[in-house]
Amino acid sequence: PRARDAPSRRSGAGAMQPPTGPALASAPESAPGAAPGSSLLRWQWREVQAPCLVAGWILVASLAKIVFQLSKKVTSVVPESCLLILLGLGLGGIVLAIAKRAEYQLEPSMFFLFLLPPIVLDSGYFMPSRLFFDNLGAILTYAVIGTLWNSFATGAALWGVKQAGLMDEGVEAGLMDFLLFGSLISAVDPVAVLAIFEEVHINETLFIIVFGESLLNDAVTVVLYKVFNSFVEMGPVHVQATDYLKGVASFFVVSLGGAAVGLLFAFLLALITRFTKRVRIIEPLFVFLLAYMAYLAAEMVSLSSILAVTFCGICCKKYVEANISRKSRTTVKYTMKTLASSSETVIFMFLGISAVDTSKWAWDTALVLGTLLFILLFRAVGVILQTWVLNHFRLMPLDRIDQVVMSYGGLRGAVAFALVILLDGAKVRAKDYFVATTIVVVFFTVLVQGLTIKPLVKWLKVKRSDHHKPTLNEELHEHAFDHILAAVEDVVGHHGYRYWRDKWEQFDKRYLSQLLMRKSAYRLKDEIWDVYCKLNIRDAISFVDQTDRATSALWLCPACPSGERESGSGACLDLQVIDTVRSRRDKEDAVMHHVLCGSLYKPRRRYKASYSRHFISPSAQERQDKEIFQQNMKRRLETFKSTKHNVCSAKSKARLKKDGRKKVSSLGVAESEACTYRASPSSLLAAAVLVAVDSDDEESDSSETEKEDDEGIIFIARATDEILQGKKASGSLDVCPSPRIIPPSPTSAEKELPWKGDRGDLAVYISSETTKIVPVDMQTAWKQSISSLESVASPPGAEPGPHAKTLAGPAPEERHMMPEQRTCFQFPNPLLRSSRPQSASSPERTEQPELQPLMAPDEHGRMSTSAGPSNSRWLIQFNRHARFSDG
Amino acid sequence: MGSRASSLLRDEEIEEIKKETGFSHSQITRLYSRFTSLDKGENGTLSREDFQRIPELAINPLGDRIINAFFPEGEDQVNFRGFMRTLAHFRPIEDNEKSKDQNGPEPLNSRSNKLHFAFRLYDLDKDDKISRDELLQVLRMMVGVNISDEQLGSIADRTIQEADQDGDSAISFTEFVKVLEKVDVEQKMSIRFLH
Repeated sequence: PRARDAPSRRSGAGAMQPPTGPALASAPESAPGAAPGSSLLRWQWREVQAPCLVAGWILVASLAKIVFQLSKKVTSVVPESCLLILLGLGLGGIVLAIAKRAEYQLEPSMFFLFLLPPIVLDSGYFMPSRLFFDNLGAILTYAVIGTLWNSFATGAALWGVKQAGLMDEGVEAGLMDFLLFGSLISAVDPVAVLAIFEEVHINETLFIIVFGESLLNDAVTVVLYKVFNSFVEMGPVHVQATDYLKGVASFFVVSLGGAAVGLLFAFLLALITRFTKRVRIIEPLFVFLLAYMAYLAAEMVSLSSILAVTFCGICCKKYVEANISRKSRTTVKYTMKTLASSSETVIFMFLGISAVDTSKWAWDTALVLGTLLFILLFRAVGVILQTWVLNHFRLMPLDRIDQVVMSYGGLRGAVAFALVILLDGAKVRAKDYFVATTIVVVFFTVLVQGLTIKPLVKWLKVKRSDHHKPTLNEELHEHAFDHILAAVEDVVGHHGYRYWRDKWEQFDKRYLSQLLMRKSAYRLKDEIWDVYCKLNIRDAISFVDQTDRATSALWLCPACPSGERESGSGACLDLQVIDTVRSRRDKEDAVMHHVLCGSLYKPRRRYKASYSRHFISPSAQERQDKEIFQQNMKRRLETFKSTKHNVCSAKSKARLKKDGRKKVSSLGVAESEACTYRASPSSLLAAAVLVAVDSDDEESDSSETEKEDDEGIIFIARATDEILQGKKASGSLDVCPSPRIIPPSPTSAEKELPWKGDRGDLAVYISSETTKIVPVDMQTAWKQSISSLESVASPPGAEPGPHAKTLAGPAPEERHMMPEQRTCFQFPNPLLRSSRPQSASSPERTEQPELQPLMAPDEHGRMSTSAGPSNSRWLIQFNRHARFSDG
Repeated sequence: MGSRASSLLRDEEIEEIKKETGFSHSQITRLYSRFTSLDKGENGTLSREDFQRIPELAINPLGDRIINAFFPEGEDQVNFRGFMRTLAHFRPIEDNEKSKDQNGPEPLNSRSNKLHFAFRLYDLDKDDKISRDELLQVLRMMVGVNISDEQLGSIADRTIQEADQDGDSAISFTEFVKVLEKVDVEQKMSIRFLH
């Protein structure tokens, strides 16, 4: 809780300063007589006034939220932002009535320095980055070209109206003034968009486009605003051609500079969180401080601060999340959401309050109506034109309905209001008119459009983001679709965006992540995976708990894809048995869903967009690639073998040797796999020990004794056996008299178990493909694909050092295991020994998931049914590689 | 590259492919150059190894199945026509295609053809049914190693049970279509071919 306190206090302090302006102004009447002389109690209103007012306003706004939520009926129809604005209007009216003058305005400085940053940071940090970058082209187009178009068209059209003499004489404005006004009124507002669209639940693509646009157009708005502002202040006559050029140049400076500042601070932030292991309690603080510093730094050099914070949030997230503890992660998340949501509340309320200040108003019907008409019209025109162009480049074109929603969703908000307040009344003489118009526009867009957009979306039947949990079939087949598409794209071979993203990810893996992530975060990368699994379990538990406590234990085991299986699989009931009971079917569905989404290979196309899923890190991808690669190779090998019956396994193994990566992990993996299938944790231990031993000659004796210690680990023994045999080139069977055949378990799935056959590597799922005829030159094909794969799927084998580190979770562990003897595995050792634990919390739990994924490479070790020279060679090579990689 | 490729490709051939698959002229020539670059044997056909040489396919869990889908029944070579015919399944459905051609043959990229392509990946024995074993095989390919076979088995059972309507413990194509009726197959089975 204290960690949470810190950032919020900081921000609290931040939010407290700005209002001192308005607050002090209203001070006198509320500070009654200061008692002369000494007194028991002293009235100190003046001292606490400012913070007290701030806290009071926030409290009022928050309480209002509670009240709004009391009535579901109201909130389902009226967006909260509208209610808040209305509340602000009411409160402003009351204040006006009491104080006889408008108080508590939305001050631009307060808005820009304190209210806006949390919202932008929140949206940047929790931005579904894949989705964002997937649609970056469209977003940028709308943000840059769209905003430019809107500004100029609106400004010019208004000027036209003025020239036509439709406007009041009082509106003293030239072309530049109107362009200035156009620039501030045309930008879609992130706060308003977020507030409305979050409640509408339109589909993700549409949301990210509108929202992304509203964030990124800040650079354009800022530049246009500043440029025109300076033009107005200089006076149009003094503006020279170079000034226009400067304006264009400043656009690039402001936008790219803002983004660069954001990246810089993201880098710093990631780097700092790498070293916060001892000060976990203030970890979240760094996130907020650095992001805020990014905002201020950008503001200081008049770059786009919104862009800075957005990019800081997007970019730092991956590393920060990996570095900080889970509790800190939660803290960051909640604090950020709290800050953003309270800022938003306050903004809307103050917008309402500010609107009652009629002293700033100067009404001109033509200007107001013209502005309303033009911003709607030009937005629609702009969207349609740009979409028409963009659709040539999109797989899924944005259709008419999308365009309508995008046009209609162009909400204006507090940014425009704050900018218009900031205008210098002396230079921009029509400021009062502009203020009034802006207020009307903001109110119109937020209230009218905000109110009607939901019915509109319903009426147009816009694709909503649907939250229904997909059925098993849908989930499975869609996954298959994704894999199919990925494959077809590879066949077609066009390197587009995805190709560059892969390149970037490689760079990130090799350099950035190494620099910015803790060593432990690296190693634990698979623990992130583990966390993800635990999340699943927790979901399942809570789900089960709600309905039926008694059976919850049954559901735990299938829900945990990796680590928990050792302890669970033994007790796991067959799901089909319970299947007949209707009420449990649902539960089962949920559990299956979790199992699947935890364990299905993620195709490259499947982007994790939802917020709650951000636990799965892209690193899982790499481990998975390896796994799949090995499976595929195995299958190909299998078909190859089956077509050539006379090919002895030694030969095929010799081929395997070519794959360095495989070799490295295969031995240890063979063991770990074997043992993971055994239920008892002790087997795991034994396996681990054995592996370690195998790799080293001197230890072989001790390994024997260790092996003897535990009885039930048949496979392990066998696998080990073979390895030993290969190494020493001696008849291994007498060394390890372990039975070759496993006592078959009665399940039907058993025939699927890879170790059942004599040749462990022949999994059943290959069988139907055995008819495939694979020519002899397949070997070359393999070599090629393997070598190219190394550059694709994982860092090149040529650099085993970084490679080892980069590999997701398990691999490094595995490698270290070989040369370092048992060091890594000693630690679970006593634990396992002492308590054959079923408990979920014991440390070996963390170990297990890391072993688990290694199962794939596995069976090559077992392939050596006939020990030969090739076998031994393999092992030696293997050792060397292991050492190499370690050193 | 493109000009070389198109020079190797006869115009009437392009026209036929165009008619059959709906690809545009430039798409065809572009894909032809891709085809020739994959064709290491330079004999105008692709073999399985040609596909297997594509590095990314090696890390695609369904890679081999998809490679197989390119090959006509019982053959181990595919020519450019066949190659294009398979790829045509993944062409996005364009607006103007939705309305026209009600009476003509169903285009290769229709929803049902897209689904059928996916269905065939499961249905190895070509009996127009996905049996439990077939489903299990694909499942095993698609999930990580950390799901036990018992779990997989129950998932497969569950999946079949969910889709099965006629009680034959297998998923027929009609049932397959039925369970996916809410899915936007048109989008999820399309890629953008460069023009």
